Amino acid sequence: MTRDVAVVAFAQTPMVRRVEDANEVELVMPVVTDVLEATGLSISEIGVTVSGSTDYLIGVPFSFVGALDAVGAWPPIEESHVEMDGAWALYEAWVRLQLGDIDTALVYCFGKSSPSASLAELLALQLDPYVMAPLWPDALSMAALQARAGLDAGSYTEADMAAVAARSRNAAASNAFAQVKDSPPAEALLDEPYLVAPLRRHDCPPVSDGSAAVILAAGDSARRLVSRPAWIRGIDHRMDTHAIGARDLATSPSTVAAARGAGAFGPEPADPPVAAVDVAELHAPFTHQELILRSSLGLADDVSINPSGGALAANALMVAGLVRIGEAASRIWSGDADRALAHATSGPCLQQNLVCVLEGD
Amino acid sequence: MANACAVVGVGQTRHAARRDDVSIAGLVREAAERALADAGMDWADIDAVVLGKAPDFFEGVMMPELYLAAALGAVGKPMIRVHTAGSVGGSTALVAANLVRGGVHSRVLTVAFEKQSDADAMWALSSPQPFSPPLLAGAGGYFAPLIRAYMRRAAAPSHIGMLVAVKDRQQALLNPYAHLHMPGINLEMVEKSPMLWDPIRYLETCPSSDGACAMVLADAPTARSVAASEAAGGRPPAWIHGAAMRSEPTMFAGRDQVDPRASRDCVADVYRQAGITDPINEIDCAEVYVPFSWFEPMWLESLGFSADGEGWKLTEAGDTKLGGRIPWNMSGGVLSSNPIGASGMLRFGEVAMQVRGAAGEHQVDGAHCALGHAYGGGSQFFSMWILRDTEP
Repeated sequence: MTRDVAVVAFAQTPMVRRVEDANEVELVMPVVTDVLEATGLSISEIGVTVSGSTDYLIGVPFSFVGALDAVGAWPPIEESHVEMDGAWALYEAWVRLQLGDIDTALVYCFGKSSPSASLAELLALQLDPYVMAPLWPDALSMAALQARAGLDAGSYTEADMAAVAARSRNAAASNAFAQVKDSPPAEALLDEPYLVAPLRRHDCPPVSDGSAAVILAAGDSARRLVSRPAWIRGIDHRMDTHAIGARDLATSPSTVAAARGAGAFGPEPADPPVAAVDVAELHAPFTHQELILRSSLGLADDVSINPSGGALAANALMVAGLVRIGEAASRIWSGDADRALAHATSGPCLQQNLVCVLEGD
Repeated sequence: MANACAVVGVGQTRHAARRDDVSIAGLVREAAERALADAGMDWADIDAVVLGKAPDFFEGVMMPELYLAAALGAVGKPMIRVHTAGSVGGSTALVAANLVRGGVHSRVLTVAFEKQSDADAMWALSSPQPFSPPLLAGAGGYFAPLIRAYMRRAAAPSHIGMLVAVKDRQQALLNPYAHLHMPGINLEMVEKSPMLWDPIRYLETCPSSDGACAMVLADAPTARSVAASEAAGGRPPAWIHGAAMRSEPTMFAGRDQVDPRASRDCVADVYRQAGITDPINEIDCAEVYVPFSWFEPMWLESLGFSADGEGWKLTEAGDTKLGGRIPWNMSGGVLSSNPIGASGMLRFGEVAMQVRGAAGEHQVDGAHCALGHAYGGGSQFFSMWILRDTEP
């Protein structure tokens, strides 16, 4: 029996290729200020603060320590940090609220990839340091292996992938925070050359700098802070093995397991995986990954997928997952959706996945 | 109301300057397998894994929880990676405990590690400070001025730090897992060791270690059944009676870095939860994060074991030795083993061993209530727990 906790505020910076004039504190401060102002809460009224980031993007150890200055942690606050996407920081905060002694949580995250000469190469440092990283496989090549596995399995076609790209970038046209907007027709995209076959440029995410923040509140506190809270009906996350040779890359068992844990499917283990939702925000940096996720989650054709444009329109590392939850919650607040699914991923080829199911009253 | 949660298994590696005999995966498995064996459990019994470590630059692996998922039995399970600076080993244990206390899981494996021989920790610990020239002097360069401020403030005699250095290394001789085993360690050896960052001598500073620590945390039904099992050998679970974290910014005008408010607030919170009003008499022993000798008297005061300015008197009187009035760092502490990411969890795990009566030669007789403590950053991140051998 879990305690009712809702997303009651969300803010993000415009996602851009390069933030030149702001350090991590200055990147985080506007979004933290926005969510506090939106709820009328001060930092001393927040029960717990949890953040997500990784030192490797900025190239400074303990980079999250400086970011704490953006919060104004005085008097001292209960605070913790995950070296993960902000979606997992939200998960830790949700767990903390289950203890029942505090009612609100601030979650924030930041990612500044622009200092890296090549983000795709940097991400090779996420791999097994003994047998994989020394080969320096870049993130695009890893994703291309996965895309090929799905094509070979007959799960989707390159035209399906192009359709995802076109739909996502066109949807992003109405998202003020998105980085890559508008797309030529899908058929025209297929005339473009391969970047890393079978991936074309349109199949890949932009490199983005940005930050995001969310406020969670429990029970009556949530109702007091927002007229239609986006209740977290379930949230869970699972891990697949790191050894990509030992995985069927065309499927995502950890997404299925996380969705089942989050209550996105029917109650019986034998129930087919069908997430009955109005909208889904999927953290799929590559076009084929959206197709793998949609199939894993059993999303019906009438589900609105990534109305924000998704990670193909803006993909600040450590941030894009939390943005999915914030975007999904926004659809609940506005009344556009009654039930929404948000997904976040981490690691190469969708290794780790989080699923959060949100509902309005 | 949070659910009850107890430590039912503790494991650690042999700590050493270099563990060339194991990979990173081998290192964490060494600790995790010992914790599982201590709990009488297998990998399949675990619901979720929470991993902690200090900066990824220490090993050069970005977000190593991804690579370590299979080694830690986390495939198909939830896995979280915590990083809160030097306090991370403690914070990781608390994040894991919250999964049980919040009713999300019944059995959680938590692991913390550092393999510092893989990289240059001194560089990684010399993070740039705003408005300050880069000294590249490591953590000792940062903390030495705070120690000097403490010595002036408390009018402490200059040999107190050396007493701590000798005491913790003597206690480490009783701990087979400790990195530093220095038979015959004495005051003269410490005094003659080179001055690194005045007043911190070489033998008053922590080593740089490879090592890992792991614990199995369980809900009340599981903990009771583990305690009743043959594997437990009659040992009780170590029940959490208080758990807290606090953070404050690194620097601002007027901040007391010697006795930070986040430390005072954090310990007040755990004492309130555990119903402790007279720490020195109600707590039987403590493992406290003392990476430089002088932090023992400093934390004795901040944690309420003595009046302000009098912590060093407990140290000088020998009260913090094994067999003394309030034993501190029975394991030899951070001064004897320091795989940074794991150092906090080693403190948390040692007090679990103490209240379970499983600490071997460094066991405190009649340890029923103990404080585990970790801190990090510029004395700004704190995590603490109070364990007892009785169910709350």
